[in-house]
Amino acid sequence: MTQAHAIVENVSRRGFLKGLLATGGLVVAAEFAPTRAGWATFATGAAKMPGGVVSDPHVFVSIDPSGLVTIIAHRAEMGTGAKTSLPMVVADEIEADWSRVKVVQSPGDEKKYGNQNTDGSRSMRHFIQPMRECGAAMRQMLETAAAQHWSVPVGEVQAQNHEVIHKPSGRKLGYGDLAAAASALPTPPADQIKLKDQAAFRYLGKGNVQIVDLFDITTGRAVYGIDTKLAGLKYAVVARPPVMGGKLASYDGTAAMKVPGVEKIVVIEGTPPPSKFQPIGGVAVIARNTWAAIKGREALTIRWDDGPHASYDSAAYRAQLEETARKPCKVVRNEGDADKALETAAKTVFAEYYAPHLSHAPMEPPCATARVADGKCEAWAAVQSPGGTRNELAEKLGLKPEDVTVNVTLLGGGFGRKSKPDFVLEAALLSREMGGAPVKVTWTREDDLHHDYVHTVSAERIDAGLDAQGRVVAWRHRTVAPTIRATFVPDPKFEQPGELSQGVLDVPFAIPNLRCEVGEAEAHTRIGWFRSVSNIPHAFAIQSFVAELAHAAGRDPKDMLIELLGPARHVQPPAEYTNYGDPLETYPIDTARLRRVVELVADKAEWGKKLPPRHGQGIAVHRSFLSYVATVVEVAVDDKGKLAVPRVDTAIDCGFAANPERIYSQIEGAAVMGLSLAKYGEISFKNGRVEQNNLDGFQVLRIDESPPITHVWIVPNSIDVPSSGVGEPGLPPFTPALCNAIFAATGKRIRRLPIGDQLAT
Amino acid sequence: MVKLRVNGQEQSFDGDPSMPLLWYLRDELGLTGTKYGCGVALCGACTVHVDGEAARACITAVSDVSGRSVTTIEALDPQGNHPVQKAWRAFNVPQCGYCQAGQIMQAAALLATNKNPSEDEINSAMSGNICRCGCYQRITAAIKAAATGA
Repeated sequence: MTQAHAIVENVSRRGFLKGLLATGGLVVAAEFAPTRAGWATFATGAAKMPGGVVSDPHVFVSIDPSGLVTIIAHRAEMGTGAKTSLPMVVADEIEADWSRVKVVQSPGDEKKYGNQNTDGSRSMRHFIQPMRECGAAMRQMLETAAAQHWSVPVGEVQAQNHEVIHKPSGRKLGYGDLAAAASALPTPPADQIKLKDQAAFRYLGKGNVQIVDLFDITTGRAVYGIDTKLAGLKYAVVARPPVMGGKLASYDGTAAMKVPGVEKIVVIEGTPPPSKFQPIGGVAVIARNTWAAIKGREALTIRWDDGPHASYDSAAYRAQLEETARKPCKVVRNEGDADKALETAAKTVFAEYYAPHLSHAPMEPPCATARVADGKCEAWAAVQSPGGTRNELAEKLGLKPEDVTVNVTLLGGGFGRKSKPDFVLEAALLSREMGGAPVKVTWTREDDLHHDYVHTVSAERIDAGLDAQGRVVAWRHRTVAPTIRATFVPDPKFEQPGELSQGVLDVPFAIPNLRCEVGEAEAHTRIGWFRSVSNIPHAFAIQSFVAELAHAAGRDPKDMLIELLGPARHVQPPAEYTNYGDPLETYPIDTARLRRVVELVADKAEWGKKLPPRHGQGIAVHRSFLSYVATVVEVAVDDKGKLAVPRVDTAIDCGFAANPERIYSQIEGAAVMGLSLAKYGEISFKNGRVEQNNLDGFQVLRIDESPPITHVWIVPNSIDVPSSGVGEPGLPPFTPALCNAIFAATGKRIRRLPIGDQLAT
Repeated sequence: MVKLRVNGQEQSFDGDPSMPLLWYLRDELGLTGTKYGCGVALCGACTVHVDGEAARACITAVSDVSGRSVTTIEALDPQGNHPVQKAWRAFNVPQCGYCQAGQIMQAAALLATNKNPSEDEINSAMSGNICRCGCYQRITAAIKAAATGA
């Protein structure tokens, strides 16, 4: 249930920003401060990311004479709460009063702010430490300034709730009074940073801070990528080749130019596969408003040269993937002798699972505005990776990155789609064609579904052997799916280590004979990362199969799951395992934590309770993005096969839970998205073209089918337990828990997604 | 020439009368609180009030609202404190927030005619509004709270 939360007003909601840290009287060093990433109690992979880590308060914090504290949010906001939660970390360490904090979104500049690629559930896990250091340094600067003002030892002063107190005398100075003096001070060296004790946290771990854009969102004032308004703005839509690698053969724009409001038709040169983040080309119609552009595009006559992927057909491709998974593939993890153990097992069980392509379908489709004039480019865009977008724009336009500004709007959903800036490059190319007029490119929903970087499609086959006591003695998992890497390099053929590290290489089961194999699969469309990425098919197969094994052995599925997790230990994966880019020493694969979330969720959901006929419970657990999530889904399937989900319970162990309120919302949302994808989610291809055109073909779950109750149980951890991912880990265990519940309710095993009409009787 | 009233102000439009109200509001009047999501009345992101009733601006031509009164999210309440808006904030409903203007306009229209809707009535009234982030549980809670003044 939604928790009762204290409401904290935030001045930033008024969002009237003229520039970043650019008005008078602010505590900002005049010159640019160097990158620093000194203090850390645990190691992460953050420093290896482009731009690395910056934690200097001279970059992130300013205070004006009134005491208003302005904090930079350098990560994008797409619904996870990152724009609020990271500044909240800074504010807590500053001892700032959140009602006197303003949050400002930074443009793309990774040299200045550190890595900005808001992706991979990394924002809190990579930046809680640097942001704490940043806030603590600012607090110490304020304390030093106050001590110098009073000519007292700094040990006699203490920052507390937006003012510094001289403890012996009780004198006080507000942060606004100290702003100018503190601004002149150097940032304390990393080894002198004193962090707050957990007991002194005002906001961290409390869930008492509301997202900074809440008021603007509820009043229609929040600005998304589609909302940019500029004088002289032109509006564009683009007809793109419907088949990957297709090219424009010819077009006739005569009728389009007659549509009132249409100003120009421009051919965009596409980049052949692997097209990376480049536009795929097509014919743009540029007009005085969006509607005229849409009407103009409808009036175009276009002939495409489809190229070699015109035969891509999802039904045939599925058969091919499944056939591949029936034969030996490339071994990527091997312990014991799985083949021999399968031969000698008392009982063998196998299953084949299929998970289709998915589309991100964020409610705001890709949209961007750009102005390219006078040797400079300025863009306003809903992008997850403004730093990367800036570099791509600079390269495309032949400009220096310093001459490219990427302003980050709110994102109307991202889910991985908006870390690919092809749509921003389109806007920039069109602005250049329009002589420097600003151009907004709007992708219609049809464009979004037809030209997404779709989630992969996969066949998973698992064979297992049970001994006479029903214990699993052999496990052989084959995974076959086209890789994301195909979007970036020619013909890579296999799922890459980063994809295999999402549930396959790191399968946490204590089974003496265990082998994982990967099969060849060619990509025929742009594959991209979608929220939770390869964890989706891998967890679906593995966690469904555990329940299948339980059934075969006549065991309780939760007991079987606990038994497979085995003794408390750190799983030692093969060398290729990537651990989401972070060190295993900080984030081990800890079976005790897996077991804890299983037991917590089973307890809270009253696992095994008596249920009405045609109701069932299912359970699944999965570690992804370094967090541990277990889900129990309860379903009711009526005698016509109509599926309802009356209740979901999810337990998450994400290390220290920095902002529990946004963790609840992410996990509640994951249950809805999980059910949406499981019931309806499929992008299919025929003749190389996507078959779904809008939200009727690619259905998204509606409120009347949504679980009315999702309970979220957060494993309590101290600040010393490294924070891990939240945005993505909620999704992978949902679908297998759902399908296991459907089996418990009906005896029908779902091995092919989406569920669609498979339950109809 | 189409004449209509938008958020209390008289407007006249001499452009393409078949232009959907959505694009007229966004591109011509700069009222970008009303969102595009699908263009074919499948998602509800563009929900506005026409003479007080919820309507999908993406399939409503400007000529359809000639002489009528349109209210967008920007003018639902002059201070942004309609009971639905307040409830949305009290329950921290939004994640990305993009669909929420449409959700709020739909919920406000529901409560204008049904002061205390049941869960089924909420589901029925709100099932045309998609939220990809999955805020439905909180939407239901917020509507109930707005109805009871809680």
